Amino acid sequence: MATEHAVEHAPGEHAHPGPAEYVRVAVILAIITAVEVAAYYVTSLPRSVFTALLFVMMILKFAMVVLWFMHLRFDSRLFRRLFVTGIILAILVYTAAFSTLVFVKHG
Amino acid sequence: MSDVAVSEHAEHAEHYTATGLDNRKLAMWAFLGSECLLFGALISAYLLYRGRGPGLHPHDVYDIPYTSVSSFVLLMSSLTMVLALSALQQGYVRKCRVWLAATAMLGVVFISGQVYEFTTFVHKGLSLTVNPASSAFFTLTGFHGTHVTLGIIMLLSLVGMSLVGKITPENSLIVELVGLYWHFVDIVWIVIFTVVYLMPTGHK
Repeated sequence: MATEHAVEHAPGEHAHPGPAEYVRVAVILAIITAVEVAAYYVTSLPRSVFTALLFVMMILKFAMVVLWFMHLRFDSRLFRRLFVTGIILAILVYTAAFSTLVFVKHG
Repeated sequence: MSDVAVSEHAEHAEHYTATGLDNRKLAMWAFLGSECLLFGALISAYLLYRGRGPGLHPHDVYDIPYTSVSSFVLLMSSLTMVLALSALQQGYVRKCRVWLAATAMLGVVFISGQVYEFTTFVHKGLSLTVNPASSAFFTLTGFHGTHVTLGIIMLLSLVGMSLVGKITPENSLIVELVGLYWHFVDIVWIVIFTVVYLMPTGHK
């Protein structure tokens, strides 16, 4: 039997959305995935346009999962900062590795 | 205040930091931040090595429709995971258990698909040591698969705990923490699917 349970929220946190909103987000994610795969088969798209489109859709999907399913939109900003720091460091790792390779290759 | 009340208060308070946030959740977010670095390095390695070296390359053997279905399965497992947490927070323990079991099952489907995909690739001649690109591909997707497997073990543990009454709306944080890990595994796959599978390598 279900009992009403009040979920406590820490400072800076807001109530999480309900199941209907989660389902809506999942439907949007499924549609974006379908568009990604469909775009893969559209051979007339220039490579640069296709790559840009893929990146936009990837970032959109990534953000939706993080903001809604992982609740970063509703939880404390401190969690957001911790996670974003990790992402920024990861991007720096790639940039450093790529730059090193280019430097080694071209002197 | 009675001794019991003081003890309960102390037990409740010991997980909270000066910020007012639960230290277990804070630790999980710090862990996920560090995981971004791990996968950032692995994805970087793949991007740097893709198309390099002799022989068969990963993009020569991809089966995009098959991997798209796998991606869809993992994406939907994120929905069942968040529905499990939502059900528990509303007091529906049994419903939560069903959603957790569904999430674990979808995870098993994804991993089975990956095992099948790896087997097919090896039969086609793409193994770990063919060239740097194949090594980077198998390392990246293998690490992700290991994370999914660990997630499945955690989910099944939660199902077991809920069967013996150890999962209640009051301690929903444990489900939330496993959920965070599971969603992280999903977002890593969102990046892998786009960057590794769909992004053109020059042949498109």
